[in-house]
Amino acid sequence: MARTPADEAELIARYGPHLNQAPPGGWDADLEGIDRSVPTHCCFCGQQCGIILKVKDEQVVGFEPRYDFPFNEGKLCPKGVKRYLQGSHPDRLLTPLERAPDAPGGFRRVGWDAALDRVVAEIRRIQQAHGPDAFAMLSGVSLTNEKSYLIGKFARLALGTANLDYNGRLCMVSAGTANKKALGIDRASNPWSDIPLADVVFIAGANVAECAPITTSYVWQARDRGAKLIVADPRVTPLARTADVFLGLRPGTDSALMGTILHVLVARGWLDRGFIAAHTEGFEAAAEAVREYTPTWGARVTGVPAKRIEQAAELWGTSRTGMLLHARGIEHHTKGVENVLSCINIGLATGKFGKPGCGVTTITGQGNGQGGREHGHKCDQLPGNRDITNPEHRAYIASVWGCPVDAIPGKGKTAQEIVNAIHDGEIKGLLSICFNPAVSLPDTAFTAAALEKLEFYAVIDFFLSESARYADVVLPGSLHEEDEGTSTSVEGRVIKINAAVKPPGEARRDWEILLDVARRLGKGRWFPYTTTREMFEELRIASKGGTADYSGITWERIVAEQGVFWPCPEEGHPGTRRLYERGRFYTESGRAKFHAVRHRPPAEEVDDDYPVWLTTGRVVSQYLSGTQTRRIGALVAQYPEPLCEMHPRLAARLGVRTGDVVRVASRRGSMTLPATVVETIRPDTVFIPYHWPGARAANQLTQRALDPLSKIPEYKVSAVRVERVGPGTAPVDARDVELTGAAR
Amino acid sequence: MSRLAQPREKIFVIDQSRCIGCKSCVEACSECGTHRGRSMIHLDFVDRGASTQTVPMVCMHCDDPTCAEVCPADAIKQNDDGIVQSALKPRCIACGNCVVACPFGVPKLLLELEQMMKCDMCFDRTSRDLAPMCASVCPSQALWFGTAEEFAAGRAGLLTDDFVFGRQTIRTKVYTVTRDPGPIDALGGAATRPWQDDPFGLEEDAGG
Repeated sequence: MARTPADEAELIARYGPHLNQAPPGGWDADLEGIDRSVPTHCCFCGQQCGIILKVKDEQVVGFEPRYDFPFNEGKLCPKGVKRYLQGSHPDRLLTPLERAPDAPGGFRRVGWDAALDRVVAEIRRIQQAHGPDAFAMLSGVSLTNEKSYLIGKFARLALGTANLDYNGRLCMVSAGTANKKALGIDRASNPWSDIPLADVVFIAGANVAECAPITTSYVWQARDRGAKLIVADPRVTPLARTADVFLGLRPGTDSALMGTILHVLVARGWLDRGFIAAHTEGFEAAAEAVREYTPTWGARVTGVPAKRIEQAAELWGTSRTGMLLHARGIEHHTKGVENVLSCINIGLATGKFGKPGCGVTTITGQGNGQGGREHGHKCDQLPGNRDITNPEHRAYIASVWGCPVDAIPGKGKTAQEIVNAIHDGEIKGLLSICFNPAVSLPDTAFTAAALEKLEFYAVIDFFLSESARYADVVLPGSLHEEDEGTSTSVEGRVIKINAAVKPPGEARRDWEILLDVARRLGKGRWFPYTTTREMFEELRIASKGGTADYSGITWERIVAEQGVFWPCPEEGHPGTRRLYERGRFYTESGRAKFHAVRHRPPAEEVDDDYPVWLTTGRVVSQYLSGTQTRRIGALVAQYPEPLCEMHPRLAARLGVRTGDVVRVASRRGSMTLPATVVETIRPDTVFIPYHWPGARAANQLTQRALDPLSKIPEYKVSAVRVERVGPGTAPVDARDVELTGAAR
Repeated sequence: MSRLAQPREKIFVIDQSRCIGCKSCVEACSECGTHRGRSMIHLDFVDRGASTQTVPMVCMHCDDPTCAEVCPADAIKQNDDGIVQSALKPRCIACGNCVVACPFGVPKLLLELEQMMKCDMCFDRTSRDLAPMCASVCPSQALWFGTAEEFAAGRAGLLTDDFVFGRQTIRTKVYTVTRDPGPIDALGGAATRPWQDDPFGLEEDAGG
């Protein structure tokens, strides 16, 4: 509707982020008599580690390692250890709110009826005046499968809008698109238990130690057997430090690196000719595309010494088994899909698919990034990973939903395109849940301007995120530990999420809120659910026959079997742990497809005005836009604010020392932040983590350039100028100590 | 290994090379029922400017604990199984001798409690046959708890419990993973990989 209703200081004073330092009752509270211990999973990343939440007096008061869950066997990262502190948090939204610039903190408490009536009235007003697609919805994949499925149906049948998309668009969509193109299915190629069976582990563009910490234990199990580790990254990340071969490539050159490796594999004959002939198509064209990609060429483009590229190719090409794991480092690009295809090419060329210890897979980033992208809150998709433009798929889902086919809108805009359309005035209203675009989308100045233009914005969230500050109505939803359902982990393993407690105050479960909106819109007949289990039962039917077939999975089986891997097309089916066994792919021909990938430059390249590459990423103690983790004291103390990593050579040229404040400017905006001078980054590149809002947002600098197929923004490559501003106001270490001291 | 643990006895092992610096151990330690909100683990970068190498430090539980030897109040006791305890609250005079003397820098002087506290190897957990909290959660298993037999079967590297700090030699209950046999010389150099001197090949001919 307009700018935020109060200034930032006032909003923070009222709604946080404040730091929760201690469990309910404080550290010295009586620990005896825990009422119950609830086995469930971590709410954060795609690893979905098992965890036990301890409940006392209807509050989560601590955790216990969940040794029985096979994926992590008790292991947790610091976010998992401290996640329980988001419950009982002083910032928790306990009542609906509406925008009120004259009220303290900019929002006024309002009753549920009034809030929901207003939401429904605005949806109707906007859609009547501007058409159904003028009201959009943005969703997220921290939500369970049940809620993801519900939102897909809710947007199409209750809102009647085509414009529903999700924050997985900022995550692994490049991998999903490439997987479907080349392999016919979008899922991890292997269970993680295959990693220890690999003789070579190749990690491309994945800071595994900080973004998927538990995966490091799998990599080490392989290395304990003698496996070699190859890491490609512009930074010597904590796991890269120990690599046998380190490929410190220039940002935006991943497809050149993989193309050169394919060139070497072909030139040296390190190929599985039998596999290529029997199970693939398009090899000749893919090989032809990299004919000129000699190690000398590759070295010039990527900045990686030619000998190291050859070493990597030899290790990959001559090892009997191998797993290639990639993540946002190669996917957050305007050629994200091509980067992934170039990885799949080297997997296919060497026959490393469908066998124990063989696979090429993305490390899905978000909690339910896998399941959430299968059941319909993607703009081009219907449940079971069906295509919303395919008449047969539409007809099947219409039959499950009991609605006319025409009631299901067509393909809508992707997340960034929705925000662009809001900025253009084409989309006037927005409902968002589990998405914090003000922090997570590139070019934050543009996003803020777009949110200011909305005629009406409703947010469902448990904290007042930076995006919710722009809302007209905020509806208090539920935390992960306050609802029951399933999610699908990085491996494609469908797991059970259990409710430890109920939503506090007047907060409600997300799905109850959505059902209420649907009823008030007069669409209640499509949503007869009374439990999330009923949604899962419908999802099973809706996914049947799709590539992401969950029809054989029941909640009972998930519990009894510690998760079930899809596809699982019937109840007696054991689930599918490893894909592509015996060389069977999910394409129409049954063969995997090579793609001819020619390297092309990123959307923006360094020049005289902006001579330094910027790449962005995460730190281990924060999660995504930080809505949850920036409110937990111990996690904030670990890494309180963004730092600009730069190599001593660049620092010397700029006269910068660790702790100095630098200004980093791009064509989109600029920010000042402390520098940390480290030899662990390329001298032509700086790195800034992206978890913070406003003046501390790395996304002030990034651009809205999208991959033409996956529509993922190019977060990993920007051109910037860096200059020294002056000495730091207080050494970062001193603030660290302060915060740590406050933790008790 | 200079002193073999019983094959089925559970031992605590640190492999510094696997540490990813995530501080999961630090955070989990602070959740312990006996020192809630206070972590007894130290985790620091060796030299962040040069490397991402971090070092997690739990108490090594020395055979002849230096902390106890220098304690003027005889407040630091060792169990029969070799676990060295936090200072006894009634005896501790908060002088900090132990903090200064420990070659591993483990004891923490909590001024507000006027007591030294340190890692006690999660006696509350190990006595119930549970792994210590830090080794339970450690994502990379740089901190590991199991039998020597299991270690030999599944993990690479040699175990040592001998340290040399200048003229002081120390034997510890906690094992450390090394590449080379023999005691760890704290003043000696660490093993490196050839690329680590020049991670980005700045000195190499890029054209190869």
